[in-house]
Amino acid sequence: MKTSGSPGRWLIILPPLVFLLLFFLIPFAFAFKISFAETAARVPPYTDVLQVTPDHHWRLLATLANYRYLLTDELYGAAYLFSLRTAFFSTLVCLALGYPMAYAIARAPRATQSVLLLIIMLPFWTSFLLRVYALEGIIRDNGLLNTLLLHLGLIDHPLRIMRTNVAVYLGIIYSYLPFMVLPLFATLEKLDATLLEAAADLGSTPWRSFLDITLPLSVPGMIAGSMLVFIPAVGEFVIPSLLGGPNNLMIGRVLWDEFFGNHDWPAAAAVAIAFLLLLVGPIAIYQYYNVRQLEA
Amino acid sequence: MERRSSLLLFSVLCFGIAILYIPILVLIGYSFNASPLVNVWGGFSTTWYGQLWHNRQLLESALLSLEVAVSASTGAVILGTLAAIALVRFARFPGRLLLTGMVNAPLVMPEIITGITQLLLFVSMVQLLSWPHRGFTTIVISHVTFCTAYVTITVQARLASADRSLEEAAMDLGAGPARAFLEITLPIIAPAILSSWLLCFTLSLDDLVISSFVSGPGASTLPMVIYSKVKLGVSPDINALASLIVCGVGALILTAGWLLRRAERRRVLEMQLAEQ
Repeated sequence: MKTSGSPGRWLIILPPLVFLLLFFLIPFAFAFKISFAETAARVPPYTDVLQVTPDHHWRLLATLANYRYLLTDELYGAAYLFSLRTAFFSTLVCLALGYPMAYAIARAPRATQSVLLLIIMLPFWTSFLLRVYALEGIIRDNGLLNTLLLHLGLIDHPLRIMRTNVAVYLGIIYSYLPFMVLPLFATLEKLDATLLEAAADLGSTPWRSFLDITLPLSVPGMIAGSMLVFIPAVGEFVIPSLLGGPNNLMIGRVLWDEFFGNHDWPAAAAVAIAFLLLLVGPIAIYQYYNVRQLEA
Repeated sequence: MERRSSLLLFSVLCFGIAILYIPILVLIGYSFNASPLVNVWGGFSTTWYGQLWHNRQLLESALLSLEVAVSASTGAVILGTLAAIALVRFARFPGRLLLTGMVNAPLVMPEIITGITQLLLFVSMVQLLSWPHRGFTTIVISHVTFCTAYVTITVQARLASADRSLEEAAMDLGAGPARAFLEITLPIIAPAILSSWLLCFTLSLDDLVISSFVSGPGASTLPMVIYSKVKLGVSPDINALASLIVCGVGALILTAGWLLRRAERRRVLEMQLAEQ
């Protein structure tokens, strides 16, 4: 547009910029502030961090107690580690399963491709909560999987999957698989076919060409897909809450309980801030590859 | 070798698709089970569907969720499209990097963090401005925040691939930049805007975590009611409700996708005819 440089363009830039600043970025500042407060029996249930004294001076009443509590209480460290581990292994399985799926779609004829993509996308559009709930019908003690295995005589007793960590893994893989397949497909589709032809002309076997050309060139897609699975999975609440056992320690669940169960808002704010710091690295990696992909 | 690897790839694809779809199909099957016991097949029945109409709490929360979803996706489409135009058309402006970051980060930000930080903002705002009251307004604001990201990503891709020469031609013929954009480029990006509206609609309709944090007493969205029921165990009427939602949303998406594709094909055809 010719308006570039004119004040008129601020009418376009400002509304989303101001809205996102106010409702996405600034909330972190408030959470940061409240993480230094103490709980109090009032509405809202925490003390003021900044107080105006009678002689009109600001007074800082910050406490590090919430962060000290985070470091000393073993529950939190264990929860962060457990969440990272669960998300990491789920991401690996998604990658192992999603890569061949994306590859198969990328090699399919054009018309089939759009149908297959639609099939992969459709579950992502329909309800996440309800899909997690639907999984329970498969993996509970008298669910489809156990009924089938018992019927086939492969097991004598129903497998205990529901309310275990295995159920959480299955839930994450099942729910997040489309997020892995789509970015992988996007990079694999853009891959220059002439490179593979050239390699074949020079005597490379298909497997060799895959390892030498396709795999390295699809690294950006692998990273984008992995981050799209890994980061939300670390903070997952619905899956551990509905499928996991009572002692499942995913950080999302700990945070939820701290907030809704203990009503300790400052502690919950501190848990969230610490959690965010933990995710800054992965989010930066995701942004970097995402921006590069958009500009490519 | 080539054939065997293709076969292997194809089977993994089918396996993956089966994983994605079998739980939903089984759920739909269970929803027609006459027996309230989940492990006994008591014959075909639509009892549970009939019961849904008498559940006031479910109906009220469904209505609230629909109102939230329509408001939030409309707001998100406006803000997201503006952000997309800014990012694609204005190569340099102060805050560009910030806007890029704030548009992409909500896509990966765990909902639980967004939820708690936004609640703390709303609570602090109420102390300072006595606004907004927790409920409909706060849920809509939160949903707009995370939905905007999806709109911007979708519209941005479309806008970047749109042919600028048509718009430039319109301006050479005397149209102002705003008019050229509205009459030439807007129709080109309209399918992306419509499909992102739909995506926002379904994401908003489905959100549990963020709504739970920012909602106030008395304002329960459908996912919040479903979650509290599901937490108590499998219940046959939720099976029926879930089947209705999944099939309804699925049908909506497929129909919209089909209509958009048809409109798109017609547009491409018209362009080709015009060029001849």
